[in-house]
Amino acid sequence: MHKLWASVCKEFWLLSRDWGGIAILFIMPLALIITITIIQDGTFKTIGEEKMSILLVNEDQGSVSESIHQELVENFDLIVLDSEAEAREKIAKGEYQLAIVIPENLSNNLQIKVDQNVDKLLAKFDLVEDESINQTEIKANEIRLYFDPATQHTFKSSVRNGIDKMISKIETASIYKAFQEQLSEDENEIIFDSQGFIDFKEIIPQQGDKELFPNSVQHNVPAWTLFAIFFIIVPLSINMVKEKTQGTFVRLRTNPVSYATVLGGKTLVYLAVCLIQFILMLLTGVFLFPAMGLPTLDVSGRLLNLFIVAASSGLAAIGMGLLLGTVANTQEQSAPFGATFVVILAALGGVWVPVFLMPKFMQTVSKISPMNWGLNAFYDVFLRQAEIWDLLPNILLSISFFIILSLIAIVYYEKKNAV
Amino acid sequence: MIKIEHLSKKYKSAESYSVVDLDLHIKEQEIFGLLGPNGAGKTTLISLLCYLIKPTSGSFTINGLSFQKNKQELKQIIGIVPQEYALYPSLTAYENLYYFGSMYGLKGQKLKNKIFAGLEKLGLDKFAHKKIDTFSGGMKRRVNLLASIMHNPKVLFLDEPTVGVDVQSKNVIIDYLKELNKQGATIIYTSHHLNEAEAFCTRVAIIDQGKIIIKGKPQELIDAHENAHNLEEMFLQITGKALRDYA
Repeated sequence: MHKLWASVCKEFWLLSRDWGGIAILFIMPLALIITITIIQDGTFKTIGEEKMSILLVNEDQGSVSESIHQELVENFDLIVLDSEAEAREKIAKGEYQLAIVIPENLSNNLQIKVDQNVDKLLAKFDLVEDESINQTEIKANEIRLYFDPATQHTFKSSVRNGIDKMISKIETASIYKAFQEQLSEDENEIIFDSQGFIDFKEIIPQQGDKELFPNSVQHNVPAWTLFAIFFIIVPLSINMVKEKTQGTFVRLRTNPVSYATVLGGKTLVYLAVCLIQFILMLLTGVFLFPAMGLPTLDVSGRLLNLFIVAASSGLAAIGMGLLLGTVANTQEQSAPFGATFVVILAALGGVWVPVFLMPKFMQTVSKISPMNWGLNAFYDVFLRQAEIWDLLPNILLSISFFIILSLIAIVYYEKKNAV
Repeated sequence: MIKIEHLSKKYKSAESYSVVDLDLHIKEQEIFGLLGPNGAGKTTLISLLCYLIKPTSGSFTINGLSFQKNKQELKQIIGIVPQEYALYPSLTAYENLYYFGSMYGLKGQKLKNKIFAGLEKLGLDKFAHKKIDTFSGGMKRRVNLLASIMHNPKVLFLDEPTVGVDVQSKNVIIDYLKELNKQGATIIYTSHHLNEAEAFCTRVAIIDQGKIIIKGKPQELIDAHENAHNLEEMFLQITGKALRDYA
């Protein structure tokens, strides 16, 4: 036990002498979480409050394009241009992210097409004579969208869906209007209720009388806290590689001390570092964010569960650091590998793209990412008000991961140094 | 005390053996010098005896114990002073000695007393709480030695313990080693300082290309070689004057 305590003391002394390292360990995660939250909160505000500027080239000038124009004005800061070439150039230069070009005769063509279809249908009921149906062939018209190549796929998809929905609405209204004109002699008589019948309503989960309405901080803090915690892999593996290059590791090999004790000392100190990082990030969310005009992180009634999840995720990260530090021979091997691996784990874990949006195969791979276990457990606590029993599967996975990786590190060390 | 039989070592990437079929018997409380040119196999032999590398063939026992059967007991009775400073540069001398002493099971006041007694003996008590990276080469060598003897080892392996140090530090180190020897420690020591070895060692072996060429008491070896007035002259007669650079 005294050997473990001495190892803890040594690791603590080593860390406490490296002020630059401490600054990186504690300040950089805070800088990360503050930066990400400000950016993401700003993004939500941009979408919700400030309108994005887009270009519109209206070559139609009819009723359909007028409806589209009105819909767009409600959601965007619309800049109307006369020429498609000019719009294309501005998009290519990245001055705007989106240009919409409404083709010539769109209103006219849509009207003819709808009238044709309505007349054909009514002719089946002998309400219209076949000879009176307009036989002009109308080809499908295209509304052309130009996207800045730098815009992301998700943005493009949401814009495409929005415009598709808008056009469907206009088409439906045109069809209703054509039937109305054919079937009613009174222009003011309303036969059809063109309002959508099926609507949706988001039901917000409640706990007692309190609605559980998560803000952007509740989403961001767990994800980026976890990301920062996992970066402990880098300094921990560097610490171990340094011991090899300094020669102290050779001395330790001749000492009557087990490798498990050496790793135990590192685990305890670096776990404390993870928890201090976590406390600092919680304090930032609870006190600093509101002072900066950002939403407050709500931790009420969740602290114990949060610490259990942070500790288990910290252990998973430490297990990886111990293994990497055991296997790597130089800092050039451990540092870039550790940093890149954390980014890969974060991607797999759903820190950037939600797991349910990933391809099937990646969703399966994601299930073996310790960052995914941690993130799910954090979301369970922060967003779903889960109890400790609900968290157990993910917590146990993280702890088992730490135990397995530590054992692999010990076995590797023993095999490599077997004489 | 140390019985080596047919010990050989060939590194995986090497073309030839670093230690070749070596037989040697070192008696209790001897100060035994392993001398030889660069690449002769001295460090390899010490590494083999300290269980840091695996022999290709052969065996050895220390105090009747073998690493295969008595690893923990052996680690408790041997000490190694490596050629490099095996210390944490950002820790103080006290912290380094506290840590390595603890690894031998020492603790509490006994450990503390041991640390300060050793530092005082080697003239470092005033620098106990200074960081190692502020120390001179000689001071680091002395702490490097202390870290290896916190547990009073019965057998002490020293790989060039006085390399790169000033005369005063060298003197203090050698005197301290003599004192440890008087207290019962068997010392196995490698060095390129042949005058130092001549005065310090009770017996020496000259190794070249992994083999022991000659062994015996320094004065007897000198006397046995015509025109050799000291160990260095005898060494050059045996090993030649050609450079022994290797990479």
